[in-house]
Amino acid sequence: MFAALTSKENWQRYFKSLKFSLYCLTHPIDGFWDLTHEKRGSYAAANTILFLAVAAYVLRLRYTSFIFIQVYWEDLNVFTYIASVLFPFFLFVIGNWALTTLFDGKGRLGQVYIATCYALTPYPLIQFPLMFLSNYITVDEAEFYSALYTIAIVWVLFIGIFGMSQVHEYSFGKNILFLIATIFAMLVMIFLLMLFFSMVSQGVAYFISLFKEMLYRL
Amino acid sequence: MRKGFTKICALAISAGMFFASSISGYATTIDRSYTYNYDYWGDVQDSPDMYSVCKVFTSTELGLEKKLSSPQGVYVKDNFIYVLDTGNNRILEFERTARESIEYVREITSFTGGTGPDTFSSPTDIAISDEGNIFIADKGNARILKLDSNLNYIMEFTKPIDNSIDKDIVYQPSKIAVDSAERVYCVAAGINKGLIKYEADGSFTGFVGATPVVFDFKMYLMKKIATQEQLNKMESFVPTEYDNLYMDKEGFIYACTGNVEAEDLRGGDADAIRRINPLGDDILIRNGVYYDGKFPIYGDLYMGNGGGYSGPSKFADVTVFDNDSYVCLDRNRGRLFGYDDQGRMIFVFGGAGNMDGYFREPLGLEHMDYDLIVVDRLDCTITLFTLTDFGQLVFDAMDQFDNGEYGKSGKTWREVMKYNGNYDLAYIGLGRAYLRQKEYGEAMDYFKLKYDDENYSKAYKKYRKEYVEDHIFIIVVVLLALFLIPLGIGKVKAIKREFLISDAFKYNN
Repeated sequence: MFAALTSKENWQRYFKSLKFSLYCLTHPIDGFWDLTHEKRGSYAAANTILFLAVAAYVLRLRYTSFIFIQVYWEDLNVFTYIASVLFPFFLFVIGNWALTTLFDGKGRLGQVYIATCYALTPYPLIQFPLMFLSNYITVDEAEFYSALYTIAIVWVLFIGIFGMSQVHEYSFGKNILFLIATIFAMLVMIFLLMLFFSMVSQGVAYFISLFKEMLYRL
Repeated sequence: MRKGFTKICALAISAGMFFASSISGYATTIDRSYTYNYDYWGDVQDSPDMYSVCKVFTSTELGLEKKLSSPQGVYVKDNFIYVLDTGNNRILEFERTARESIEYVREITSFTGGTGPDTFSSPTDIAISDEGNIFIADKGNARILKLDSNLNYIMEFTKPIDNSIDKDIVYQPSKIAVDSAERVYCVAAGINKGLIKYEADGSFTGFVGATPVVFDFKMYLMKKIATQEQLNKMESFVPTEYDNLYMDKEGFIYACTGNVEAEDLRGGDADAIRRINPLGDDILIRNGVYYDGKFPIYGDLYMGNGGGYSGPSKFADVTVFDNDSYVCLDRNRGRLFGYDDQGRMIFVFGGAGNMDGYFREPLGLEHMDYDLIVVDRLDCTITLFTLTDFGQLVFDAMDQFDNGEYGKSGKTWREVMKYNGNYDLAYIGLGRAYLRQKEYGEAMDYFKLKYDDENYSKAYKKYRKEYVEDHIFIIVVVLLALFLIPLGIGKVKAIKREFLISDAFKYNN
């Protein structure tokens, strides 16, 4: 395992695939085609981008000026906060794969994951400088902040949509249709998860009460 | 717009709200201090008392032969206190002779002259103009009387004859205010179009301060599709009916109302209090900062159902200090809410109960300098509140700031902070004092602590400008370097390349 870390070639491949995310920013159609079909992306780079995005999402709470984000620290659980973005993210990846695989989408689960991660690139790329910038502007200049923030979000969505269509080799219309369907797939998954957990907890509660009953009677 | 970003971290915020509301629910029933305050997050922050009960005057202590009977109002002119002893159809005049003593002067039960009865029937308010003429809202007799200082009849203001007022309705003028030109503004029961305005000659000139009518698309759709029966039910929607009014020293009217619903207040569709200018527009300043926008001026933020009380604070009276701070009286829970001229909360104190400083149905509020006088209808008492040391410091700091003594004001706010470290107003006050003293860095720190983004930006803008001016040389050098160094490197590279491909080099090779 350590051999893999010390191999110079591996590092070079990693940096090359990481650098490729920048190409995807401006050439989403070409970029995402190559990403999966030419194997120019890697899990390592995808994980890095996801990590950076989550890091940006968390760090902005602390380092953005209070003019833009006010945080009630007493009640912030950073793990729930991270989960609030990671959970929908993986729900999307799995939901999208599960659905498209039934309707001749070409992407495999790993490819969907890599492409979705690569689509997140603009977020940390804009969010980190924005965090820095926010501390040097006033309320009157707040529009700069909100404009840049909106650009980051819109960019993510934009290349995400194109990325998905390339991964699955879908036409534009079909791609949009299945992205919308993915949202419903996510809802169904949430429903099933809730059902599962509530049934498990009821099952556990049953055995606990059974045990208590026995304790009282015996 | 910028506040919209709070929605992005909705998780944190909504959780915060839940937390905040649960805190208040807890605190109302267990041990909340007598005086409290809301911070930026809307959390209840216990506070040292700003006011303490100086004395509670009952009929006996006032030396009255006939006991007070459901007093419904109080009015202060200079050192004289007028109490509307509505149940006994009389007005009592007292003089405040010392800090702790109120002495009986006379009772006003009748007047001379005029065409109608020369006594009062359920008088509910009195006002005295600058010329010394006495105006009395004689509710039961459906008139507003104007008497001279010797109680001789001058004229009366009766029910306005106007198409906008239902002819069959019984006119019940309940609260009045008189401006410097002796124009009369009146709140009448059952009239919800605003304040009735009379000219000095008695003619009715319309309503002021009515709720502005806004187009509501949802309402429009409802009216299109609703049946007649549903429409009839919707007609019960009532525009603002004011409960009381107060004319400040500049001639603006503070009008308050308790006829409000919690949802309307929270949604910003109703105002518990307005400051009305002569054109009838609401000019109350609402600059208090709050995580969800502007600090709402409607008393208690949390309207729990504890102790048999529910719903929002219902303001029965309002009084305005000389520094434009104002105090509202909540007849629902018997609390007093103080706000400063920017709409930031100064204090909340009081409660429902029988002890001194608690009320059963307080209806009248007046001030004498910074002392507060509250009249309770059920208890038939007059409660006199005076400032504690802490309260004195707070108002001193405000007055010093208004007088331009910023250094002193800052020092006083610091003293205030020693009494109460959870007092947002002290931090912002200190920040404003620093801002005026051109110590922008310090000011920014204090504004940042209490999330005052407007003031912070003001300070930061100045700070940034100063910084750039002080470091202009370095900034220019850095900027030039940023341009010139890459340019120079490019040039060097170009020369090198030129040299490499030149013939001379080839020969050498």
